[in-house]
Amino acid sequence: MAGRPKTILSRIAQALPVVVGVVIVTFLLTRALPGDPAVYFAGPSADQNSIAEVRAALGLDKPLPEQFILYVGQLLHGDLGQSISTGQPVAVELARRLPASLELTLLALLLSCSVAVPLGVLAATRPGSWVDHLCRVLVTAGVSLPTFFTGLALIYLFYYLLGLAPTPIGRLDFLYLEPERVTGFFLIDAALAGDWETWLGALRQIILPAITLGLFTLAPISRITRASMLQALSSDYVRTARAAGLTGRTVVYRYAFQNALLPVLTTLGMVFSFSLGANVLVEKVFAWPGIGSYAVDALVVSDYAAVQGFVLAMALLFVALNLAIDIAYTLVDPRIGFEKR
Amino acid sequence: MALLDIRDLAVSFRTRRGTVEAVRGVSLSVARGETLAIVGESGSGKSVTSYALMRILDAGGTIKAGELTYGGVDLRRAGEREMADIRGREISMIFQNPRAALNPIRKVGRQIEDVLLRHGRATRLNARARAIEAMEAVRIREAGRRYHAYPFELSGGMCQRVVIALALACDPKLLIADEPTTGLDVTTQKAVMDLVAELIAERGLSAILITHDLGLAAAYSDRVAVMRRGELVEEGAAAEIFARPQHPYTQKLVAATPRQGVGVRELLPPEARTPAPPPRIGSRPLLEVVNLTKTFETGDGPVQAVKRVSFEIRQSESVGLVGESGCGKSTTSAMIMRLLDPTSGAILFDGQDLAETPARRFARDPRRAQLQLVFQDATDSLNPRWSARASIADPLARLGRLDRRARRACVEELAELVGLPGELLDRFPHQLSGGQKARVGIARAIALEPKLLILDEPTAALDVSIQAVVLNLLVDLKARLGMSYLFVSHDLQVVRLLCDRIVVMRGGEVVEQGPAEQVMGAPASDYTRSLLEAAPRPPSGEAGSRGLPPRAVPL
Repeated sequence: MAGRPKTILSRIAQALPVVVGVVIVTFLLTRALPGDPAVYFAGPSADQNSIAEVRAALGLDKPLPEQFILYVGQLLHGDLGQSISTGQPVAVELARRLPASLELTLLALLLSCSVAVPLGVLAATRPGSWVDHLCRVLVTAGVSLPTFFTGLALIYLFYYLLGLAPTPIGRLDFLYLEPERVTGFFLIDAALAGDWETWLGALRQIILPAITLGLFTLAPISRITRASMLQALSSDYVRTARAAGLTGRTVVYRYAFQNALLPVLTTLGMVFSFSLGANVLVEKVFAWPGIGSYAVDALVVSDYAAVQGFVLAMALLFVALNLAIDIAYTLVDPRIGFEKR
Repeated sequence: MALLDIRDLAVSFRTRRGTVEAVRGVSLSVARGETLAIVGESGSGKSVTSYALMRILDAGGTIKAGELTYGGVDLRRAGEREMADIRGREISMIFQNPRAALNPIRKVGRQIEDVLLRHGRATRLNARARAIEAMEAVRIREAGRRYHAYPFELSGGMCQRVVIALALACDPKLLIADEPTTGLDVTTQKAVMDLVAELIAERGLSAILITHDLGLAAAYSDRVAVMRRGELVEEGAAAEIFARPQHPYTQKLVAATPRQGVGVRELLPPEARTPAPPPRIGSRPLLEVVNLTKTFETGDGPVQAVKRVSFEIRQSESVGLVGESGCGKSTTSAMIMRLLDPTSGAILFDGQDLAETPARRFARDPRRAQLQLVFQDATDSLNPRWSARASIADPLARLGRLDRRARRACVEELAELVGLPGELLDRFPHQLSGGQKARVGIARAIALEPKLLILDEPTAALDVSIQAVVLNLLVDLKARLGMSYLFVSHDLQVVRLLCDRIVVMRGGEVVEQGPAEQVMGAPASDYTRSLLEAAPRPPSGEAGSRGLPPRAVPL
């Protein structure tokens, strides 16, 4: 299909203005926030002079356009600035914390999908049966319990009462050494290094927060799977397939499920975005060194560079995610790439 | 012995409003090599009967009673596994709306392969070759290339060929065709039906043709069964049943079918006929369309949808705009209605050029009230959350200058004018029948006493008996209100009943225009003639013997 690469390229081109817009908006937004970082960092005993000194050191005494040009120039060199609360370069901190958040979110989604999608399909093929009711109960429970509560409940049960889980602090127990960094995902890096003991340690740490987050995302995925499967199963093409003698498995998976996958993919993209944002609470409960808790801490102290870096990283992530969903769409649905003609 | 025997079949559906008896005590049989047509209007249970014998009823439907025997097998008691073996290999089905009947994201060739593999008619190694053979058998040219096509890349007629190929891939003995050509153009309909008839003859198949179209049933079947509200009312040889219908319902159905040499009043039952109003066509043109052209810019370059079309409509005259899908008739009517801007040309309405006002601004133009549209689908064109009263009052509130009380009185007057009982005015669209919704649509359109009414296939979705009533209503309204009609349709027989003059379009151009009798009786262009010939001959009073169908034309 000549249409597909063209569609993908044009989607990438459409993403560029979004990135530029995000750079401008985050810059202006952080400047507009109340609170003066110079005052904060000069300390409680500072006088006018020392505050002005700090302000000059941070480059905040220059006019806004000049600050912006400096900021963009640094960005182009991959320099996101220095976090004034931790003293570390923002780029380094993000590079360390982003994989932690991504690993958690991806594993949570993987767990959630592997339960929600089969559950939705089963519920749709047997509407009104016990599977359908189970699906409904599980899903309602998943969304109605806030993540920090599920997290605490799981810790109480598996760590405090049963002692099955390790201390819920961080990505890896202090007994283990961090695996050699390749992707930043401990599970993958440990597996690449062949260090299965560390792999198991990392898994034991991540499993509870991942389940906590996954439970929360169960609902939208299984609901949309059920709804779009029901629609696909009552369609004309499924009737044709049945009338031609095709049986359960072929009809359900090759005809109905492939068509039902399209809305599921869209939902998956949205769920991924909101769970990246929502996992701040989970990170706090499990002392997970992720990007969410970093951003909250930076925001509290008006740490411009850190907040800007965080928002930019998230924006790029969302753009990449939407792109990935669009590309997945063109792979599943042959009609895409022709609609605009 | 009959191949298929249905005895006292009863099917019911559980719905939110209780149980609906969709089929009640129907007995039918199909002999080897015989084609049986089941004819009926919507809700007659004709499709449900065939779904029941395939055991593919929708959720909530159950066979309550009766015997279904196919070649000695008890279909009602057969296991689900056994039924799946029978479907596609012994009994196959083709459906209406062929594009929706195919999996939209799977190559059509692969869909045929699925069926071949399921019934063991091919192995993984030769499946593709077999699928291409099956496509060639239904006269699909370049089957090897079309194998890779997705349904959205094929025309409606081509999709129906694929559905037929899929149904016949495993050499079934009985073919059930459920409204196989509804929604297709007349010439495509003829090509598809001729192909089906040819394949039936070639392979000695038995067939059940389910249709609402008496003409189609008469032309392509040996025996006809007429159903109404879940019951069989009459059964007999195709030629016999239309020449001498016995049951009053069959008589009404035959009478209501538009056909050559019959006026619009004769479609109605004799007791409902009133004298037709005399034609009073004015001498002054109301609408003059001059060299109207519309070019759409697309990714593949400009496409001329309408090319220098010219015609006129005089006062109190009705003009039919006829052609197949894609001929530009809808684009033309949308430009006259000022929903689209023409690329060039003039639309003179009462001497003023409407094309000078951009479509975007025309909604607020005072002349807007004088042009009204009646839509094809009465259901989709009404707001589902508005009562009939609100729908009819809407144009009065927007464009008229009436206070609330006067508007209420006006709505009631309009309802009476279109024959809609006053107590139905507070109902919502889903609580009204198809004919009643059509009346609401017409009442809404005439509310502002327009001078020109554009009717876009207003009866295409209606059953023939209701179509007869609506067509007569339109004739009466025109006489009473002195409106002009632009009647857009693909059905020449319907257009003839209502129109004084006919404009035939093809590929964006006018191929012929003239008085209705002349265009229908002595068409000047070959295209008009082919359109007339493609329409199945509705049964006339004389013996309509079933001739051998002419060979199908490969698409």
